[in-house]
Amino acid sequence: MSFNLLVLTCIAYVIFLFFVASAAERSAQQGRAKWLRSPLVYTLSLSVYCTAWTFYGAVGYAARSGLEFMTIYLGPTLVFAGWWVLLRKLVRIGRENRVTSIADMISARYGKSNLLGVIVTLLCVAAGTPYIALQLQSIALSFTVFVSDQGRAPLAADRNLIAFWVAAGLTFFTIAFGTRNLDANEQHHGVVTAIAVEAVVKLLALIAVGIFVVWFVATGPSDILARIDAQALPEWTIQPGRWTGLILLSAIAIICLPRMFQVTVVENIDDKHLATASWAFPLYLFMISLFVLPIAVVGMELMPEGANPDMFVLTLPLHLGQDGLALLSFLGGFSAATSMVIVASLALATMVSNHIVVPLWLKLRAARNLDTGNMRLLVLSVRRLSISLVLGLGYIYYIISGGSEALAAIGLVAFVGVAQALPALMGALFWRGASRNGAALGLSIGTFLWFYTLFLPSFGPDVLLSAQVMEQGLFGQSWLRPYSLFGLTTLDPLLHALFWSLSLNTLAFCLGSLLSFPSPIERVQGALFVNIFDRPGPARSWTNPVAQAEDLLPMAQRILGASEGQAFFRAQAQAQGKNGFLPDITPEFLQGLELKMSGSVGAATAHAMISQTVGTAVVSVEDLMAVASETAQIIEYSSQLEAKSEELTLTARKLRDANEKLRTLSDQKDAFLSQISHELRTPMTSIRAFSEIMMESDGLSAQEQTHFARIIHDESIRLTRLLDDLLDLSVLEHGQVSLDIRPVNLRDLIDKSLTASKSVQAQRNFRILRSRDPEDVDIVTDPGRLTQVFINILSNARKYCDAADPQMKIIVRQRKSMIEVDFIDNGSGIARDKQALIFEKFSRLTDSLQAGGAGLGLAICREIMNNLGGDIDYVPGQGGAAFRVSLPLVLERPLDAASRSHPGGAG
Amino acid sequence: MKLPSRNIQFLARDGYRMRRLMDAARILPVIGLVLLLLPLMRQDSGTDSPPTASEAVYLFVVWIGLVVTAFVMSLGLRRTLGPLRPPVGPLPPHQAGGDTPTVPPPDQ
Amino acid sequence: MEKRVLVVEDEPNISEAIRFILMRNGWHVDVTADGIAAIGDLQTNPPDVLILDLMLPGVSGFDILKALRADPVTQTMPVLMLTAKGQAADREEAVRLGVTRFMTKPFANADVVAAVREMAGP
Repeated sequence: MSFNLLVLTCIAYVIFLFFVASAAERSAQQGRAKWLRSPLVYTLSLSVYCTAWTFYGAVGYAARSGLEFMTIYLGPTLVFAGWWVLLRKLVRIGRENRVTSIADMISARYGKSNLLGVIVTLLCVAAGTPYIALQLQSIALSFTVFVSDQGRAPLAADRNLIAFWVAAGLTFFTIAFGTRNLDANEQHHGVVTAIAVEAVVKLLALIAVGIFVVWFVATGPSDILARIDAQALPEWTIQPGRWTGLILLSAIAIICLPRMFQVTVVENIDDKHLATASWAFPLYLFMISLFVLPIAVVGMELMPEGANPDMFVLTLPLHLGQDGLALLSFLGGFSAATSMVIVASLALATMVSNHIVVPLWLKLRAARNLDTGNMRLLVLSVRRLSISLVLGLGYIYYIISGGSEALAAIGLVAFVGVAQALPALMGALFWRGASRNGAALGLSIGTFLWFYTLFLPSFGPDVLLSAQVMEQGLFGQSWLRPYSLFGLTTLDPLLHALFWSLSLNTLAFCLGSLLSFPSPIERVQGALFVNIFDRPGPARSWTNPVAQAEDLLPMAQRILGASEGQAFFRAQAQAQGKNGFLPDITPEFLQGLELKMSGSVGAATAHAMISQTVGTAVVSVEDLMAVASETAQIIEYSSQLEAKSEELTLTARKLRDANEKLRTLSDQKDAFLSQISHELRTPMTSIRAFSEIMMESDGLSAQEQTHFARIIHDESIRLTRLLDDLLDLSVLEHGQVSLDIRPVNLRDLIDKSLTASKSVQAQRNFRILRSRDPEDVDIVTDPGRLTQVFINILSNARKYCDAADPQMKIIVRQRKSMIEVDFIDNGSGIARDKQALIFEKFSRLTDSLQAGGAGLGLAICREIMNNLGGDIDYVPGQGGAAFRVSLPLVLERPLDAASRSHPGGAG
Repeated sequence: MKLPSRNIQFLARDGYRMRRLMDAARILPVIGLVLLLLPLMRQDSGTDSPPTASEAVYLFVVWIGLVVTAFVMSLGLRRTLGPLRPPVGPLPPHQAGGDTPTVPPPDQ
Repeated sequence: MEKRVLVVEDEPNISEAIRFILMRNGWHVDVTADGIAAIGDLQTNPPDVLILDLMLPGVSGFDILKALRADPVTQTMPVLMLTAKGQAADREEAVRLGVTRFMTKPFANADVVAAVREMAGP
C-alpha cells in the first residue's frame, strides 16, 4: 500500500470524525442530543482507556509476559463492577459540584486550595505528556510498518514529520471541539461522540483481526488453546506480586487518570449511565482482551524471528497478505491513539489553564479590572494555548526520547504517577477529617518518590539520572538507590515505586490531616463531599418558611453585616409584596441570598450555609458557626449598635405584647359590661313593669296584688344577689378578701352543705353516696367560703342533673398535703365543648328558668378556691357532671396569697 | 412502585431487598478480586511452561461472570437513581441507618 | 275581632307583665319561651303583632327575625324587639334585619301598649 494512499485514508477518516463531531455539536445545540448522551455513548467514551498502548502494546505484552496483560483490564473491571462503592459517589460529587478535572475536584474538596490544584496538575502533566508521546510514536511506527512493507523505507525524519502532522492535526481537532464553548460543566458533545465512534472502530478492528487469527489461521478455539500452551514461555508464569500489584494499579488508574476522570466524571450527565457502564465497560474490556493472546501466539508462531510483537496486530495481517484487514487494523490503532490524545490533552489543558495559567495571569494583572467578557475570552484563549502546549510537550518529548524503547514502559510509569492522587481523592470522598495540609504533604511526597524511583530511572541510566546514582544511590548512599529505596531489593522496580510512593503518600496524607486543623471552608466542603447522599431534595425541606426566614436573617447579618443583611431581606420582602424583614422562602430568594453571600464567603460556603439553615442538614452547626465567626472577624460591624438594635427590638416586642394584652382585656371588659347590663336589666324590667301595673290599675284583685308584689319582691332579691355576687367576685379576684381561717372537720362541712343545698328544687330527692370515714379529716381553712363552694356545686347538681333517679357521689381523697373532694352526679354531664367555659363569668349553659342565677356561681367558686390555695376543676368522663375541689390540708396565712396576687397592697 | 395502600408489607420487603442488593453491589468487587487472585495459588513452579491456556479460560469465565452479575445488579440498582435525585423510593439514605456504609460517621 | 299578640320571651315574669298590660287593653296575648318552636307557629298561625326578646335560650332573636323576613307570609308582620343589653350595635343590626320597633328593657308599660297599637294599625 502506498504511503500516499495511507495518508489519504487517514485524512478521510479524520474528516469523517470531524463530520461526526460537528453533527453532534449541532444537534446538541438544537437540543436534539438525547441519543448522543445515551448510556451507550457514555460507555463507549470510557474506552478511551484503551489507547494505542492497548491496541498494539497488549499483544506485545502478552507475547512477552503471558496473561499479565489482563491485569490492566481486570482492575478497571473490578472498579466498574463495584461502581456502587466508589464511582457512584465520585460521579455524583463531580456533577453536583461542577467539577472540571481531577485537580479541580481535589482543590475544591480541600477548601478551593489552588496549591493542591497546581500539584495535581503538574503531576498529571508529568505523567501524561510521555503518554501522549507514546501515542504519537505508535502512530508514526504504524505508518512506518505499513509502508516499509511495501518496499519503501522511510527515513527517521519522516517518522518525526508524521508525528508532527498528527500532533498538529489533533491539536486542531481538540481546539475545534474541546473549546467550542465555555460550558460551566465542561461537557463536550462533539468530542465524546467522536470518541465513541473511534471506540467502535478500534474494537471492531481488534475483533476482526482476532477472528481472522482464530478461525482462518488456526482452526478454532481449541486449536488456539493448544497453540497457546505450545508457545507458553517460562516467563509467562504469573508473578504473584506483579499480578496483584498491577490489578491494584490499573484499578487506581481508571479512577485517577485525567482522561478517565474527564470521561467518567466530568462528561457524565446521569447516574443511570454509570449503572449501564458498570457492566458494559467491563464487557468492552473483555472483548478487547479476548483475542490478544491468540494474536500474540499466532504472531510468535508465524512471524519471522526478531519481529516487534508490539506491531503484530498490524504486521500479522500484512504478513498473511490481508491488506484490507491490515488497513482496518491500522485505523483501529489510529483511533485508539487519537482518541486518547484528544481527551488527555483536553483534560490536561483544562487543568493547566484553570489551575496554573489563569491564576497566574490574574495575579500578574491584579491591578486591572476585567469584566466577564474579557474573562471568557481569556479563559478560552488560555484553554486553546494549553492544548497546543500539552500536545507540543508530547511532541517534543517524542522527539527527545527519539522513539526509544523506553517509551513502551511509560504506560505503567504514568499509572503509578497518577496513582499519587488516590489518597487525597479517597480522603475527599470518605474522610471528613482529611485536610488540605495532609493532602498537599501526601501528594508532594508521593510525587517526589514516583519521580525519583520510577519516572527518572525509567529512561535508563545516564539519560536523566546518572548511572552512578542508579547503582550506588544518591550521594553514594546505598539506601537511597532509586530501585531499592531503604534497602528494599526484592521487588521489581514498578512495584517498588508503587509501594514506596503510595504508602508514604498515604502515611503523610493521614498524618498531615490528623495533625493539622482544617479551615472552616475545608470542613464545610468536606461535609458536602462526604455526605453527598445525605442531602435531601431542596423542595422537600421548605416546610416552615417563616421560621426559616427568621433563621436565615441572623446568619446573613453575620456574613453581610447587620444593616446590609437587613436591607437585603427587607428589599426581598418588598419585592414579594410583604412588609417587614421576613420574605417568603422562594427559590429566587434563596438564589439571591446565596449570590449575595457568596460575594463574601465564596459560592460553595454560601450554598452550604444556606442549605444547612433551610434544613438540608449536611454541615454541622459547629462548621457553620466557625465559618460565620471567621467572616464576622473580617467584616467590621459595631457590636454596640447591634446590641442597641436588639434592645429596641426587645422593647418593641414587649410593647406589642402589652398592647395585645390590653386589647384582650378591653374586649373582655366590653363583654362583661354588656353581660352585667343584661343581668341587671332583666330583673329591673319585671320590677318596673309590675310596679307600673300596681300604680295604674285600681281594679286589681287582692290575689293579683299579692302575686305581683311577690314577683317584685323576688326580682329585687335576685337583683340584690346579683350585686352581692359581683361584689364578692370582685373582692375575690383582687385577693382583697379577708378569710376567716380556723380548724374544722371536713365531714361537718359536707353535712352542713348538703343540708343547706336541700332547699334548691326541694321536691327532688337525691340519693347521696358518701363514705364517711375518709371525710373525717381536720383541715385548716375558711369554713364559710368552702361551704359556699360546696353548696354551689350541690345546688347546681340539684338544678341541672337530668337523671330520673338522681344521685350524688361524694369522694374524699388525701394526696400529700392536699385534699380532694369529688362531687359526681349521674346526669348527662357537661358537653365537652362547654367544659372549658363553665368557670367563666355569666356562662349559663341552660336557660335561666331553672338557673335563677346570673351564671357567676362557678366563677366565684373558682376564685374562692384560688384564695383558699386550692382549685376547682371539672373532671370529664365520670358518668355525670363531676367537680373536683382540691385544697391544702392547712392553709397558710392568707397575707401571702393576698400580697402575691396584689402587690400594690390592700390600700 | 407499588401503591402503599395495597400491600404495605410488600413495600417493606421491597426496600429490604433493595438494601441487600446494595450490599451485594459492594461485595461484588471483593469476590471478583478473590476469584482473580486464585490463579496465584495453583501455580506449579516445577514445570517450565505455565498452564496459560486453562488459566486464560478460567480468567475469561470469571470476567464474563462479573459482567453478567453486574448487569443483573444494575437493573435493580438503577431504580434508585434519578437524573437529579433518587426519588422518594424505598430507601431515603438518611433513614437507612447502618445500611449506608459508604458514608462514614461524621468526625465530630 | 280581637287582635292577637305573640310574646316570645324567656323570662316568665317579664312575659307575664306584658301579657297583663296588653290583655287589659283588649288584646289577645299568647306567650312562649321557646323561640325555635315559635318560628313554626308564626307561619301557620301568624299573630297581628310579635314581641320578640333578643336573647332567648338556644336561639337569637335576630335569627328568628331573619327567618320571618325571608318568608313571604311573615315578611310584613310587625315585630317589636326587646332587649336587656341595650347596645347601639344591636339596634342597628335589628333595623338592618327589618325590625318594626326596637325597645330596651326596662320599658314603660304605656310605651309598649302604644307601640303595639301603632304597629297593629287600624
